[in-house]
Amino acid sequence: MTLMDRRRRSDTLRGKVAIVGIGEVPTRRVIPDRTMYGLNAEAAKIAIADAGLRKEDVNGLVTDGAAALATMAEYIGIRPTFATGVSMQGASGASATTVAASAINGGLADTVLVVMGNSRLDRAVPGGASVRSEWEEAYGPAAGAGTGYAQIYTRHMYEFGTTQEQMAIVAANQRFNAQENENAVFHGQPASKEDVLSSRYINYPLRILESVMPCDGAAALIMTRADRAKSFPHRPVYLLGAGMEQSNANIWQTDRITTTPVKTSAARAFQMSGYGPGDMQFAEFYDCYTILVAVTLEDAGFVEKGEIGPFYESTDTTYKGSFPINTDGGQLSGGQPGLAGGFRHVIEGARQIMGRGGGRQVALNDLCMVNG
Amino acid sequence: MTTEYNKPLPRLVNEAVSRPFWDAAKRHELVMPRCLNCSNMFFYPREQCPNCYSDNTEWVPVSGKGRVYSYTVVYQPANRAFQEEAPYIYAIVQLNEGPRIPTNLLECEIDGVELEMPVEVVFDDVTDDVTLVKFKPA
Repeated sequence: MTLMDRRRRSDTLRGKVAIVGIGEVPTRRVIPDRTMYGLNAEAAKIAIADAGLRKEDVNGLVTDGAAALATMAEYIGIRPTFATGVSMQGASGASATTVAASAINGGLADTVLVVMGNSRLDRAVPGGASVRSEWEEAYGPAAGAGTGYAQIYTRHMYEFGTTQEQMAIVAANQRFNAQENENAVFHGQPASKEDVLSSRYINYPLRILESVMPCDGAAALIMTRADRAKSFPHRPVYLLGAGMEQSNANIWQTDRITTTPVKTSAARAFQMSGYGPGDMQFAEFYDCYTILVAVTLEDAGFVEKGEIGPFYESTDTTYKGSFPINTDGGQLSGGQPGLAGGFRHVIEGARQIMGRGGGRQVALNDLCMVNG
Repeated sequence: MTTEYNKPLPRLVNEAVSRPFWDAAKRHELVMPRCLNCSNMFFYPREQCPNCYSDNTEWVPVSGKGRVYSYTVVYQPANRAFQEEAPYIYAIVQLNEGPRIPTNLLECEIDGVELEMPVEVVFDDVTDDVTLVKFKPA
């Protein structure tokens, strides 16, 4: 074995992780009065106890594609820093175990719960009954995801004195940026702060120009090993740190709705990178609604909690400004092509670091934080 | 109650778990699940306590009094059946006993809501079989 081969092997998963607990709910033809999430939670309980752990020790969650991760985490009562669903049909269990191992090896979590299960009688399947169908829909929630975000917005105004005028700046600055992005759905349609404030309500305090528009589109990227990256046509965009946290599925299940999982995920990403918020030169942050950009910038540590309103009043966040945010217009002005809507933040961060921002190129383009 | 109710009714995730809540609401009583192992009162009801994982839980009556934790005013509902009611208040109420519950605020102007304002439960018999749990200023 050459030295290179040996080094390659030491960079792999080999011998890096171990299974330390297992759990199983007895298999029966039908288990009455139980749900898929309930059976999963019971298996999780058994495995956690088997390992001699408490649920607070578990900071990773990998499940199959049938389970909604947020619902699973909420049901089990954990907030993992790594969570994903693996859909590989019959190979899902082995694949999920491998993914869990990679996450531990990569420093995204220390102790991962891998759990999957089935209930043939359960109606908690896509389109079936859910927490939402039982506890929310009869009270008339708003279109899209606006109900929860509006309640975060209302609570943020109450706790910190944030105003709708301040949040309108978030949307207006991103619209300004979109005027230099021909791929943005609102390219060629400027909108000022006043335009935002005079647009109609979807649900108070969210106006339509503070909310994403569903669109068609797609995005992709190619990633390779850092030791190969210099031989490619563009300036390499290195990943220096990453962090995740899986929060609740339902906003009313969250203790403090004005604090998002970004408080944990950003701290972990900064810790891995060796950098801090003050080192970042620009940011590409998930923006289904204005208020989410605002609270996640706070939670990432760019400003103190509750100070995002004054920050937007005093800081130019356009691509020309001292701290550019969502330089391609974000989803609010770029549009939301499904899950590629949030992916745009990764793509635009990479584009700017490559120096390919064109008319919207930021001046300082070495360090960017992305939130998805 | 005799006129047709055309809005969505609660679709239960698991009858065995949450039927007691809806039966109590029909009797105009508000009840919450509580863990007999760790005494945690939680909502929504589920098969095991989200705090300690015990499946030994009971239903206990609560005061029906609470405060507005947050709210939104819905102008464009997800379900068109609510359009004629819009704009209306959709809120999260925190019960004095701790748990939070999604609901509507009745007998309150849309610009008259203040967070942490005290509210009390109102039972809305929307059909012969179903009673929704709503709140009004206390």
